[in-house]
Amino acid sequence: MKQQIEIRWHGRGGQGAKTAALLLADVAFKFGKNVQGFPEYGPERMGAPITAYNRISSDPIRVHSNIYDPDYVAVVDETLIQSVDVTAGLKPEGALIVNTPKSSDEIRAQLPGFEGKIVTIDARRIAEKTLGKNFPNSSMLAAVVAVTGLLPREEFLKEMRAAYAHKFAKKPEVVEGNMKALEMTLDAIA
Amino acid sequence: MRTDITNINKQTPYTGLTEALEVYAGGTSVHFNTGDWRNNTPVYHADKCRQCLLCAPCCPDSSIPVTDGKRAGFDYDHCKGCGICAEVCPFDAMEMKAGNEV
Amino acid sequence: MSMNENTNQNTIVEAIPERMSGNEAVAYAIRQVNPDVMPAFPITPSTEIPQMVSTYISNGQLDTEFIPVESEHSAMSAAIGAEAAGARTMTATSSAGLALMWEELLLAASNRLPIALTLVNRTLSGPININCDHSDGMGARDTGWIQIYAENNQEAYDNYIQAFRIAEHKDVRLPIMICQDGFITSHAVQNLYLLPDEAVKDFVGTYEPEEYLLKPHQPMALGPYSETDYVMEAKKNQLDAMNRSRQVILDVADEFAQMSGRSYGFFEEYRTDDADYIMLLMGSAAGTAKDAVDELREAGIKAGVIKLRVFRPFPEKELAKALSGCKACAILDRCESYNGNSGVLGSEVTAGLYRAGVQIRTLNRIYGLGGRDFTVDSAKSVFEELTNWMDGGEEPLQNEYIGLRR
Repeated sequence: MKQQIEIRWHGRGGQGAKTAALLLADVAFKFGKNVQGFPEYGPERMGAPITAYNRISSDPIRVHSNIYDPDYVAVVDETLIQSVDVTAGLKPEGALIVNTPKSSDEIRAQLPGFEGKIVTIDARRIAEKTLGKNFPNSSMLAAVVAVTGLLPREEFLKEMRAAYAHKFAKKPEVVEGNMKALEMTLDAIA
Repeated sequence: MRTDITNINKQTPYTGLTEALEVYAGGTSVHFNTGDWRNNTPVYHADKCRQCLLCAPCCPDSSIPVTDGKRAGFDYDHCKGCGICAEVCPFDAMEMKAGNEV
Repeated sequence: MSMNENTNQNTIVEAIPERMSGNEAVAYAIRQVNPDVMPAFPITPSTEIPQMVSTYISNGQLDTEFIPVESEHSAMSAAIGAEAAGARTMTATSSAGLALMWEELLLAASNRLPIALTLVNRTLSGPININCDHSDGMGARDTGWIQIYAENNQEAYDNYIQAFRIAEHKDVRLPIMICQDGFITSHAVQNLYLLPDEAVKDFVGTYEPEEYLLKPHQPMALGPYSETDYVMEAKKNQLDAMNRSRQVILDVADEFAQMSGRSYGFFEEYRTDDADYIMLLMGSAAGTAKDAVDELREAGIKAGVIKLRVFRPFPEKELAKALSGCKACAILDRCESYNGNSGVLGSEVTAGLYRAGVQIRTLNRIYGLGGRDFTVDSAKSVFEELTNWMDGGEEPLQNEYIGLRR
């Protein structure tokens, strides 16, 4: 039986929603999955709303369209909730994952009519604490992994350590901070 | 094996042409006698020539051969009779005559 | 024919699982092929290709001579010069970049120079837009280039590796365009299987043209002025070379299949054996259409897909034969041709059917202009038009746009 999950990312140009989608594709690939990670391109500028997508499947992926009925939606910037219909098509059994210091009830109050699951994660605070800067990518990636149950915790962390070591070969000092961000996020959502 | 392009002419069927009309030789323009086109002919007066050699580089058809720093007559196989040589000569060592007779 | 399936049986070389975007895959193939010269000018969405190639060069992984030129007109001019001199040459472009190469594209073909151009398909303005359709490649359909289209990153990679073998073959000697859909595959990371460097090197081989401008002691001239008495004969030779490329494309594909386990032909037939309804199209949308076919098959509708891979030379006879058993075919074009038969495929496929005496019904549709999304539902809606028509409904209006707002 084909198992596939579809994820839609909402962010702002420059925040790294595309990077997060590509990172997720990378790590899922390492676990033997069939993956797709792609942004929806327009005349993007820093700060403009952007969308990126993931398909992660047990079978080869042939479809090349955008995702309209996602299993999960990740919102990298909570201010988008006011301007973008982030829950559009979101499956009721799925979840909305939002980077915010607010509670899920507070977010739900902004989304009248939405009855699905909402998970909030203060990725900004975690990033500032672990990396000293507002780079919410690692935290959002871990949140998606935790909520989707896509990958087991220990293997995920091991794989990410290798990935960061490769990605940040020239600045190894940021590896630990990113690892810490992943762990704090996984702990918060567990 | 390179096709012998001297055998190609306007009767050659398409299969006999080279691919992309490649020309397998260098300096092939020498085989084309543009002297046939001439209807005015330069005449060289060696007695008036001071061998300044202004004429040779001005000839658009390289038809004033220079040997050991000196010019002699014309290469009438290729001279088209344009008259530039006669025009640039400061010593009237060349004059143009009607017709293509040498 | 089955594409995209790495059966990995009876294959000579190891398949290396990776995930890459389409642009990364082509840049990786370029590194493995290691062409002699690459003149290029950046244009979205192909920009990453010269960018990644430059990185390979600066890292010492590639010794290609990269020429940063001031325009695509210059890129193709430099490519012509380099190839004529005897160097294996390639370039990359998209959209307006290909349009600016227009004059040189015809020169590259008529001078029989086997340049490989990787085209990342993007619409030609206007309205100005950066996203995918096939108006750039289709605009260059009559330039005399071989054109091969890819469904995904795997095919873009595989097609690129086969490109030089086809183009440089002594029976062909024509330039080749390896095309993939801008953003949809060029910027989408997806799984693929790579080949080992040595296998690619052995497969592609070294470039040893018989004649080239820098051949020592063997002077030659290329691109001479041709008097009227020679032009038609020269053009006929060019056409014959394009026709000879058909067999070469199939032979190279066979050899590639033996090495990689991945088979290619002029087109891929997906569940067409007993199909009543076939959708014919090119590029990434074919993958989406296959998913639609699977859903329709489950509902008992005999649907299938033909994905055209080789657009030039156009396999009109083979397509007519492949379509002869179905009731109706939807021909989908990702460009407008203003000719009453939708786009280029609409015209050429129906002309081929007529010549072959195949009297099936055809429905012309245009989709995906300027990156308009083509979904499984889009594909199903077209199949539904075919089934309604064949079930006794009225003939649908021809030449409509899929998903047009009304």
